Amino acid sequence: MSVLVNKDSRVIVQGFTGSEGTFHATQMIEYGTNVVGGITPGKGGQTHLGLPVFNTVEEAVKKVKANVSVIFVPPAYAADTILEAATGGIKVIICITEGIPVADMVKVKHVLSELHDVHLIGPNCPGVISPGEAKVGIMPGFIHKKGSIGVISRSGTLTYEAVDQLTKQGLGQSTCIGIGGDPIIGTTTLEAVKLLMADSETEGIVMIGEIGGSMETEAARWIKAHGTKPVVGFIAGQTAPKGRRMGHAGAIIGGDDDTASAKMKIMKECGLHVVESPAMIGETMKRVLKK
Amino acid sequence: MNIHEYQAKQLLQESGVPVPLSILAFTPEEAAKGAKEIFEQTGTDEIAVKAQIHSGGRGKGGGVKIAHNVEEVEKFAKQIIGMTLVTHQTGPVGKFVRKIIVQQGIYQSGPSEIKEYYISILLNRATGRNMIVYSSQGGMDIEAVAAQTPELIFKEEIHPIGVQAFQARRIAFNLGLKDKAFSQMVKCVMAMYDTYIKNDLSLLEINPLVKTSNEDIWAVDAKVNIEDNALYRHPNLELLRDTDEEDPTEVEAGENNLNFVKLDGNVGCMVNGAGLAMATMDIIKLSGGDPANFLDVGGGANAKTVAAGFRIILKDPHVKAILINIFGGIVRCDRVAQGVVDAYKEIGNISVPVIVRLQGTNAKEGKDLIDQSGLKVSSAVSLQEAADLVKVAVK
Repeated sequence: MSVLVNKDSRVIVQGFTGSEGTFHATQMIEYGTNVVGGITPGKGGQTHLGLPVFNTVEEAVKKVKANVSVIFVPPAYAADTILEAATGGIKVIICITEGIPVADMVKVKHVLSELHDVHLIGPNCPGVISPGEAKVGIMPGFIHKKGSIGVISRSGTLTYEAVDQLTKQGLGQSTCIGIGGDPIIGTTTLEAVKLLMADSETEGIVMIGEIGGSMETEAARWIKAHGTKPVVGFIAGQTAPKGRRMGHAGAIIGGDDDTASAKMKIMKECGLHVVESPAMIGETMKRVLKK
Repeated sequence: MNIHEYQAKQLLQESGVPVPLSILAFTPEEAAKGAKEIFEQTGTDEIAVKAQIHSGGRGKGGGVKIAHNVEEVEKFAKQIIGMTLVTHQTGPVGKFVRKIIVQQGIYQSGPSEIKEYYISILLNRATGRNMIVYSSQGGMDIEAVAAQTPELIFKEEIHPIGVQAFQARRIAFNLGLKDKAFSQMVKCVMAMYDTYIKNDLSLLEINPLVKTSNEDIWAVDAKVNIEDNALYRHPNLELLRDTDEEDPTEVEAGENNLNFVKLDGNVGCMVNGAGLAMATMDIIKLSGGDPANFLDVGGGANAKTVAAGFRIILKDPHVKAILINIFGGIVRCDRVAQGVVDAYKEIGNISVPVIVRLQGTNAKEGKDLIDQSGLKVSSAVSLQEAADLVKVAVK
């Protein structure tokens, strides 16, 4: 098994006919993802990349039984797009868009809190991949390998780095979840950890966090109490100054609790295998699994 | 985006938050003229002369003075305008003061005890909702209050439908207010939340919020951050940006679509992706260097962005080496490598060692391009190899 997306996922692309949507839909289809169509309001009825275009999510759910959506629309329209998917019957919504205003996400989060079976991944994320089954996002497919390590990360290229190290150690991945770098995101580190802990195929988890917020410590405390699989952890931003936004909207140190060292200390105390160097993620997982 | 105190107070006033009368001045003469007006209009017996820079802690640094007549205002204005103000937030270099405000004093003694409160609105990331944080211990560093007397800090979480009057009343009760001051505080809290929502702020902080001896409530100081991602829908707020207050290199980086933060170290870095950029800074530190910057070139690392990145990093004389770390996904490493070679040749005399680490799509082709370029650029494939090269470079 894998989590969130697999070979049976029926994926639609919101913002299908735009340049980003077109480029990445093509890449996803080449990877073997079961893309069943896309949404561009006003272009319903057309065909794009050999697939049907719909005006609304509801129509796509009805006509092609879509259950996963991936969003490539500009930030000003992204919250609306997420809400259309969430209320239109999509169960896994993956929002790639970066730069959505926080006020919009406060509203989105509120609506989602009432829809218990809907998972939002992101925004501002690379997406989700279950290697060999489905790639729903913008990550380079070829660095991945099917296997039993779950990966959770707030960042894009740093996730690729971790995956590449795992693959080079001969460790394939069950599902890699890019949860996103914004201050308000759908699926949190903890929720992603719970999904992977419950997945029978996953044997170990790589959890990559960064400065800002308290998601990693929250996850670490849960792992200490309920974890059943080894977790290798890293927090990016050990050298980041306080109060400065480091690229990601959510990567900003607010107080003493959300520095990299504070988070890594708690993660260690909770029994996670914390690496100081991001170059050691793959090697450490290999060593931990041998034990 | 940060804005000045006087700009923040304008936003507050538009929503109905009471702020003392203040006038902006660029010269001591303007300050004296403004002070005269304030003395006449308000009948106050004192005026605060306050430096306008993007930093807190201005008072301790000598950037805020209390004057009792126009002559004193002019004297203080002369001292403050043109000074380099050093606060705990500016770093040792400090900030040059270009403008000040003169502000109506409201601390006159009278029938009731004067009180200073703290109140702020910001996002509670853990719940995805905004919250109002407040304390009866205003006028001082709130982090110190949080550390020493956490029981004196209260939080009121706000539902996405907006702040309710009962919540504003709870705040006023918890602050121990009665009668006129109570109803003024309720109005003030509602108006503050309006300012916060209407302008897409990420922080609104009033410290101190003062109850005068006449039971009036005034926002004496104000700090506002506007959320960058929402600026597109507030063209009027974008005009409040003061690039004089920003690091000039960071401004230049922004113009080149580079995400750059200046740091104090000796190894520059250029990376695609924010998370990997932070991880690269960490690797530099673990290798015995110190990161000189954060620089995310984003998804389109090409000769133009790399050249801009080189120029920006090389402005810093402390930089002893540069590490370029690219994980090629959509971006192909060979194209980035060509970009590095072209940018290197275009700039000419780069005197510090450059280490290029390319991984991902077409990493091998990229490495070959660098190795065969004949330039003084060393290449690496794994992150550990890059770290080892940094170690040698900073020795």
